[in-house]
Amino acid sequence: MEITYTLLFLPIIFCIPIFFGNAKIRYYSSLLLTLYISIISSIPAFDIFLNHTNTFTASIYSTEITIDGLSAFFILVTNFTMLTGMLFSNGYLEPYIKRKKPAVIALHYGSYILLHLSMLLVLVFRNGFAFLVAWELMAVASFLLILFEGEILKTLKTAVNYLIQMHIGFVFLLMAILIFSNSTGNMSFDSLADYFKYNENIGLFALFFIGFSVKAGVIPLHTWLPEAHPAAPSHVSGTMSGVMIKMGIYGIIRILSYIQYDLYNIGMFILIIAAVSGLLGVIMAIVQHDVKKLLAYHSIENIGIICIGIGLGTLGLGMNNPLVAMLGFSGALLHVLNHSLFKSLLFFSAGSVYKQYHTRSIDSFGGVIKKMPRTTFFFLIGAIAICGLPPLNGFISEMLIYIGLFKGLLGGTFDNSILMLFGIISLVLIGGLAIFCFTKVFGVVFLGNPRKVKDENVKEVSNSMLFPMLLISIFIVLIGLFPMLFIQPITNIVGGLFKISYDSSFLAITDTFSKVNIVSFVLIATTLLLFLLRSKILKKREVSYGPTWGCGSLNASAKQQYTGNSFANSFSEIASPILKIEKENIPIREEEIAPSMRRYSTHQVDVFGFLNFRIADFIMTLLKKLARLQTGKIQHYILYTFIFILIIFALMYLNLI
Amino acid sequence: MISFLLILLTALFFPGIISRTKSIASGRKGPSIFQPWKNIFVLLKKGSKFSDTTSIVFQITPVIYLTTIVCAMLLLPFEANRTITGSISIIGFDGDFILFAYLLALGRFFFIIAALDTGSSFEGMGANREALYSMLLEPAFFIIISSFALVSGNISMQSIFSCIEFANTYYYIIGIIIIYLFVQIAMIENSRLPVDDPKTHLELTMIHEVMLLDSCGFDLALIQIGTYLKFAIFGTIIANIIIPVNTPILLQFAIFFATQILFAAVIGFLESFRARKKMVKNPQFILSLSSIALVVFVLCLLLLNQMLK
Repeated sequence: MEITYTLLFLPIIFCIPIFFGNAKIRYYSSLLLTLYISIISSIPAFDIFLNHTNTFTASIYSTEITIDGLSAFFILVTNFTMLTGMLFSNGYLEPYIKRKKPAVIALHYGSYILLHLSMLLVLVFRNGFAFLVAWELMAVASFLLILFEGEILKTLKTAVNYLIQMHIGFVFLLMAILIFSNSTGNMSFDSLADYFKYNENIGLFALFFIGFSVKAGVIPLHTWLPEAHPAAPSHVSGTMSGVMIKMGIYGIIRILSYIQYDLYNIGMFILIIAAVSGLLGVIMAIVQHDVKKLLAYHSIENIGIICIGIGLGTLGLGMNNPLVAMLGFSGALLHVLNHSLFKSLLFFSAGSVYKQYHTRSIDSFGGVIKKMPRTTFFFLIGAIAICGLPPLNGFISEMLIYIGLFKGLLGGTFDNSILMLFGIISLVLIGGLAIFCFTKVFGVVFLGNPRKVKDENVKEVSNSMLFPMLLISIFIVLIGLFPMLFIQPITNIVGGLFKISYDSSFLAITDTFSKVNIVSFVLIATTLLLFLLRSKILKKREVSYGPTWGCGSLNASAKQQYTGNSFANSFSEIASPILKIEKENIPIREEEIAPSMRRYSTHQVDVFGFLNFRIADFIMTLLKKLARLQTGKIQHYILYTFIFILIIFALMYLNLI
Repeated sequence: MISFLLILLTALFFPGIISRTKSIASGRKGPSIFQPWKNIFVLLKKGSKFSDTTSIVFQITPVIYLTTIVCAMLLLPFEANRTITGSISIIGFDGDFILFAYLLALGRFFFIIAALDTGSSFEGMGANREALYSMLLEPAFFIIISSFALVSGNISMQSIFSCIEFANTYYYIIGIIIIYLFVQIAMIENSRLPVDDPKTHLELTMIHEVMLLDSCGFDLALIQIGTYLKFAIFGTIIANIIIPVNTPILLQFAIFFATQILFAAVIGFLESFRARKKMVKNPQFILSLSSIALVVFVLCLLLLNQMLK
């Protein structure tokens, strides 16, 4: 297709004003460019959805691009989130524009667009080599985005840590791709099916899985994630958590579609890893003090839920149970969409609060709802959605996975049922813990009275920041209220990808969701009616206001309120074997009659944090020991040479070399 | 439809029976069994006083709390006798118990944040306990439902309850354990002994009551109605488990009301002679229910395998 060439050159024209215009031109040209990329890539994606065409193929400089249902789905999710992120960035970066050099802002926007483009390329390339190039571009672009506030040492360290971990993942992918291309003589992913037909399935899949789950943030390969998200600006954390980590999920599903044997064992493996990941993610989220870090841990939890869906789907394939497979994969894919929506919404609204209050510490907030009611409303929508509560979208995808698990429970063997029950219990616990966590965040940050911050001058954020949040909320509600509109196309994708044929039992799902729909509408209608009735009745009655009841005391201090820490404390006591909470304080000595001022702080340390720099530390200590050889005396160095020659002689004498 | 009306009817006398039993057990004559509802009518006629700290969340919560419970009632069947079309739940489908549990969770979500909305440390404490205990309790409910699903081969509540038959002697044992578990779950869900004590006068030892400290008048009435309905919902589930399949419809009604009255009386008696557990021991107690439920699940699996052979 000749058009593709010209279309690809156009963005370069847009690029110039990003680097040379003033602040306004810079933003609008990047917005235009994002829009342009989104539209160009969405056209074939929509085409696949609407016309039920199977694939779209074209080529860029002799590299073939293929868009099938799965790619199309991820392309649409990516485009939407990147667009809303771009819209949000205008208001969010406002204070930075005065402080930062124009070049830094330009680089930021440039890498944002590069990230968008590289993610799309990851989704369309089927050639292993091209895929790796796009994968690498994605890592570099997101590295630059995290580095936005690189003048802070911690951010710099986090970004470098991120880059290193991405490359560890990259090595695994490279190995996997080299192995299969070496065997089949073809770099294309499509030859994977051939490879899996004649070779061991689990080994190569494990390589791919490790490579992709570093990106996706599956425990224990997640350690970059809770550091990188708070370090990056909010629109970047929103898009990174919303879509970039989903590229790992895309990769896992893509590879799974080629697997031929051992599906049951692979599914079991994924399900267990996923459940552990989801549970540990939310457990560690509860004890966080930083809003954005907490949200980052929730990304790990949600990746866990998505992977439970994937594991269930794979188990379904292994059990020859098409309904379970369909439900598992559809639930996973719908949760990918849902998570990209509510997580970006949460990051954006948390970012708005950070912009106005200049702090992210949960325990210093309070009463944000009075200053920023709209942002609070959006955060509440996101919180209800992420807890998987009806009538919003999170419930729909979790429901799909639940029904899949229950269906698998019925038709299976003994160990099968146990596995499904394991999935059910972990999903239930994840849901309950998420409610615990988000009642804490919402209650402490947005309700009550301000604890430490001064909020006299705080105002609601500008409409340009609220608009993208509104856009996302509309989709969240839409999926919650009209689920079949979204489930139907997703089942088509899954059916096409895994060659699952429909059967009549799937009709029961349609029935389920139409009934869920009715209950949702009844819930909303009765709530509104009753609320109106209540307001009407209260208007006639005497309504007065006074202080909160405090056991007879009228001037309770705002500091006496429950804090996030005290809310989490009851749970962290139970979960103490899993959590690592470090306390920092200097105990008062006995001879100190008048103790000086003390600070006491606790913070949670990631249980798997030791994976972060431990390898580097190990090498460093080894090298330090070796450095003793470096004495600086010439005689010693001659001695080393002499010993070396002797060893060579000895080896030659023994015929070893 | 019948189930919906039955729950409403049960909710009318349920709280009254509990308080009457308690007063008889403590040697008093006690109020009429409709006294709780008379109180509610008094509350409904009152004005309101709100805390300055509260926001719209506090105002909308009583409404959402009640409507989620009413919506959950829609999903609940009355022991389905297929010959009478009205006896099944109003809305039933595959996986309806998931929606049932999550609707109650939605109500709880708002209930918790409304308590935090007042900025009171007492209510924060209550909110925290409510969030923790309900989270720990959730797995027990789902494991029991899973074992039901396993035994009946169905995943909608009405087909589960219309298929479960404790014909086999082994199933009687399981049935007794399950009923014990459901009574305990109902007690915890409705903030009763041994986890929470509605009689206590010290804020530090309350859970449910302390979250209502700043609610009054119309709002308080809505929440109380919700609580009564919730009790009746759990009573109905227990009755559904007990009623054997294919009994004549009148006998079903008789068993239903006998179960509900007995359930209320048992709660009254237990509360009269039992003390609340130590707060720190509560998580252990609640988690132990999940492990008993797990035993039930494994027993069901074993029995099924045995029957297949």
